[in-house]
Amino acid sequence: MKALLVCEYREGKLLDSTYELQAFAGQLGADSAMVLIGSEAQAPKFNGKVYLADAGKYGEYNPDQHKKLVLEAVAKENPDYIVFSHSSYGWDLAPRVAAALKTGQISEIVAIVDGKFEVTCCNAKMRRAVTPKTARTVLTIQAGAFSFTGEPHGSPQLEKLELADSASNVEFIGYEAAEQRDVDLTRAEVIVSAGRGIGKKDNVPVIAALAKALGGELGASRPVVDAGWIEHSHQVGTTGQTVSPKLYVACGISGAIQHLAGMKKADFIVAINKDRDAPIGEVADVLVVADVMQFVPAFTAKCAK
Amino acid sequence: MKILVCIKQVPDMESRFKINSEGTWYDEADLAFRMNEYDEYAVEQAVQLKEQLGNEPEITILSIGPDRVVEAIKKALAMGGDRGVHILDNKYYQKDPWQVAATIASYAKEQQFDLIFTGMQSQDRGSAQVGVTIAEQLGMACATTLVGFAYDNGTITVKRELEGGIKGVARMKLPAVVTCQLGLNTPRYPTLPNIMKSKKKELQTLPVADLLKEAELTATDKMYPPAKKGGGIVLEGDVGELVDKLLGILKGKTTVLR
Repeated sequence: MKALLVCEYREGKLLDSTYELQAFAGQLGADSAMVLIGSEAQAPKFNGKVYLADAGKYGEYNPDQHKKLVLEAVAKENPDYIVFSHSSYGWDLAPRVAAALKTGQISEIVAIVDGKFEVTCCNAKMRRAVTPKTARTVLTIQAGAFSFTGEPHGSPQLEKLELADSASNVEFIGYEAAEQRDVDLTRAEVIVSAGRGIGKKDNVPVIAALAKALGGELGASRPVVDAGWIEHSHQVGTTGQTVSPKLYVACGISGAIQHLAGMKKADFIVAINKDRDAPIGEVADVLVVADVMQFVPAFTAKCAK
Repeated sequence: MKILVCIKQVPDMESRFKINSEGTWYDEADLAFRMNEYDEYAVEQAVQLKEQLGNEPEITILSIGPDRVVEAIKKALAMGGDRGVHILDNKYYQKDPWQVAATIASYAKEQQFDLIFTGMQSQDRGSAQVGVTIAEQLGMACATTLVGFAYDNGTITVKRELEGGIKGVARMKLPAVVTCQLGLNTPRYPTLPNIMKSKKKELQTLPVADLLKEAELTATDKMYPPAKKGGGIVLEGDVGELVDKLLGILKGKTTVLR
């Protein structure tokens, strides 16, 4: 069984998610080759074949060209699986490769169970076991689900990829930096975060009061920031800040994977949610099943004493 | 300009899910359905573009599923869509993302749309495949995960959301497919007059068998709740008692309360 692992490269650097692909291939029991549209200096540490195309020539985001380059590597390697990270790069590119090959794609794999691929669904509240119906399959794996242990090592055999045709239907302009942060949550010992479960913007001060009573900072989940209830600089998660406080209190946060990725390393996690099955319960040390707006003011009053 | 917006109706994600008799999807009984959240941003962006172009574009709203999805189509029409297409499929959950894309592509091919908007993923299946696959099947340009969109003279400039809060900016010529991320805009609430007007808008129903000629490429064997990792304490009951219990736990297990 053979897997072709598609590395991810941004702003001149190989991303660490590359090694999660290796960990996944290890669990799958597949022999691997890798493909990188990047640079030789940033080639992954790996004892095997790495197909390399120059990002200076083909761009860091150029899905049309990247698709053709991955297809070149597929033609040379003839893999059973083509594996991507389920990331802004992977979910954009993988379906293009799958469509070109007319192979099935299985998205956001979190585990391999009895030879089947387990994926999340229904906002992480349910799982599905999915099997391919095609001889070759495209897979994307959830960030963090397959962790690489130890230090990456090895020196790859590089094989250069070139395309004859440089036509592309998408022109990449460049990156826009993340917004300036006036709040550094990464240093906070206590973070009390508000999610959509607080109900409305007017309720934010109630959560902020608990943060103050515990000597901590106010955090926020994405929907609350999108709705304009709390500034983006307070957002915790994949597209916000990644935090590891001594205590994290999640108020009315259901626990989407993007949020969990930003806070699951906290030493102690308390979740307050009226939904007993909310996925935040998977990482919480204590899940308080209650209405946030009833529980938090009562709790703050006792803390302040 | 002809615009297509593909929307899905999904259950409220705070629901308690039960498995259906086939064991492969959730049981729809007792669930409240609403428009997929990502798709609300897709509808809003299409309507904003129509407004920018002096109401010239025609917006078609398409949804696949049983009769209940008409409710989501009507909401999108009340937000500013012009006509609805309901692709009737009571066994929608048995189709894989390739088949869903093929169904939409088969409809769209005849219509020659300039621009197709979708959500970046559905909240229930969440494959994030359908939009991109439609683009590939139709040979259109495509960008995913949009948090910014601007149109000028046949070209769109998009901002894609990347990890860590940075954004990638790209430009492409129409025809194109774009998939929308949360926060792209502020989806409007339909007003009462617009809800009344939407009732008179054209709504076409097509059986899925007329459009779908492709076999599935992946299959769901079963659906089940995640294994409980355990370890966590669940506190339930009277709020006053919960407060005292949690205080006791935090005093014992953390150093933040003294």
